[in-house]
Amino acid sequence: MKKRNAIDPRSLPILVTLALFVAMFGAGSLAFFGFFSLQNFLNLFIDNAYLLILAVGMTFVIVSGGIDLSVGSMLALSTMIASSLLERSHLDPILVIPIVLLAGTALGFFMGYLIHAFDLPPFIITLAGLYLARGLCYVVSIDTIGITNDFWEKAAHAQIKIGDSFLSPSAIIALAVVLAGFFVARYTGFGRNVYAIGGSEQSAVLMGLPVGRTKVAIYALSGFCSALAGIVFTFYTLSGYALDGKGMELDTIASVVIGGTLLTGGFGSVFGSMLGVLVYGTIQVLIVFQGTLNSWWTRIAIGFLVFVFCVLQRAFDVRATRAAVNQASEAASAKG
Amino acid sequence: MKTSKTSSGSILWPLVALAVLMAFNLFFTPNFFRLEIIDGHLFGNVIDIIKNAAPIMILAVGLTLVIATHGIDISVGSVVAISAGVVAMLIGGDLKGEPKYPIFVAMAAALLVSTLAGMWNGTLVSRIGMQPIIATLILFVAGRGIAMVTTNAMVVWLYAKPFALLGQGYWLGLPFSIYIVAFLVLLTAFVTRKTAIGLFIEAVGINPTAARFAGINSKNILFWVYTFSGFCAGISGLIVCSTVMSADGNNAGNLFELDAILAVVLGGTSLNGGKFYLLGSMVGALIIQTLTTTIYAFNVPPEISQVVKALFVYGVSLLQSGKFRAKISGLFGAKEIEA
Repeated sequence: MKKRNAIDPRSLPILVTLALFVAMFGAGSLAFFGFFSLQNFLNLFIDNAYLLILAVGMTFVIVSGGIDLSVGSMLALSTMIASSLLERSHLDPILVIPIVLLAGTALGFFMGYLIHAFDLPPFIITLAGLYLARGLCYVVSIDTIGITNDFWEKAAHAQIKIGDSFLSPSAIIALAVVLAGFFVARYTGFGRNVYAIGGSEQSAVLMGLPVGRTKVAIYALSGFCSALAGIVFTFYTLSGYALDGKGMELDTIASVVIGGTLLTGGFGSVFGSMLGVLVYGTIQVLIVFQGTLNSWWTRIAIGFLVFVFCVLQRAFDVRATRAAVNQASEAASAKG
Repeated sequence: MKTSKTSSGSILWPLVALAVLMAFNLFFTPNFFRLEIIDGHLFGNVIDIIKNAAPIMILAVGLTLVIATHGIDISVGSVVAISAGVVAMLIGGDLKGEPKYPIFVAMAAALLVSTLAGMWNGTLVSRIGMQPIIATLILFVAGRGIAMVTTNAMVVWLYAKPFALLGQGYWLGLPFSIYIVAFLVLLTAFVTRKTAIGLFIEAVGINPTAARFAGINSKNILFWVYTFSGFCAGISGLIVCSTVMSADGNNAGNLFELDAILAVVLGGTSLNGGKFYLLGSMVGALIIQTLTTTIYAFNVPPEISQVVKALFVYGVSLLQSGKFRAKISGLFGAKEIEA
């Protein structure tokens, strides 16, 4: 499939993101003393573990041509359920974690079912999901619930040594999710179906692919990722709070877009989304190191990057359409 | 059942929903409909609902046209924050209420910036050809940052009395903001219904290519519709800022885009574009505000109202879904479906 001598145009956006990341990290290393270290690099994974997990779920949703605006609220709901079960019901973590994951998956499944069964726009259904999950947070509790559970505290403070540096359990979980997502997207039937639906839903139906089942599964998967991200988030904060993750859905979407995934669907990769999150994290670190800019410049910078990448995507899109005419057979199985 | 909705049929259902809510309050909320005249001003729950709904109603005017073109503008909440930030910084937080610049200049500047924000969205959608949700996502993300940078990440408090008229003032016994809404709606209704512009907008929403072949400049229509939405968000921002006499870049207009989109959808305008119901959107905004007020009246924590809102959206979306209607009419023969 791949041409040997030329760079596959479809992997170009990922290369652009990679170059951007290297350039930004390099610029930071040159400009600021103490920026260039293995630990500073690993910190990107430690500090953005939840965002990585959300981005993996979101990648599948966006590649299928959909969108999930509920992930931020779902994360908050998961922190609330986890903390309330731990502190108020005194359940064992062995029970709490599966319950939270199940709740997130079930909510995702519910939204996916509405989207598929009644042909409703994902934008509206997940927007309502954003309200629903955020509202349910307040049903659980209006106040912050602190977590004092032993297992949670261990997970929060544990360090896994890599030479002189370390990773946190959250980062390990995030990396495992990225690997699993990469594997599922590339080497399973489900992954191929997701790309096929994003490429052209009509063609996917005509090919006899299980479009309905796949679509429901995609949103359930995103719900699962949100719940897992919520658990990881509580490892940072050791609490559940109904306002956690406000606006995080857009950080997630922005990271995925910066990672080279086409918002029109059919194209993108989990690996690219990871790079997108790293770029996002690097911007934050750069602004912290810079010191005088306030942290809100992060949002402006992210908005600008999304703009640049969307314009790039438009350019690629026009080319891809031309290429697709020539290689119609390859278009449906487009992979990053 | 299968025939397309008539204009009166479409406004009917939102009105029924509003009437049901009102009737519920008539029976279960004491003094809900009581009106009092204090110092020549009309006070009461119903007046409050309209007053509090004003910022969303104004956003909904712009969004109705955007959605009619099969678009969406999720940046309006951020633009509200920018507009509030600009006007607050230009008036300044002088304790004696001495504005830094004349209040009209400050307001004009805020509206100008908001309109430019709308033009930015319009350019991305109409010239670069981005999907509307992505194009406006950019300003949604960056806009809040811009608002925070405008106000130096602080909440700016205002003491310039005359500015309070916009959001808190009264004129001829009624809140001033009601007149702004009425004026904007009438003007928009006049321009879209008494000229061909409304038809052009609907044509672009149904099929931009066909509209272009019919001689309509689709690109310009799109551009101006988003520009108008930015302008509306600017006005809304002024009212929000004036109501609380402060500008909070982080919270001003937060989640407004969702309420406004919900108002438009509740009002009968389909997200698939092609038709729009300006008055329906206004009724939609009133439904949302009445719902919120009702929930307050029952001492339910206001945050939980989001759950009710979400269920409302699911209900309305299902009613708009062809598949759902087919299933229901399959169950009940050709009976009419309930709201």
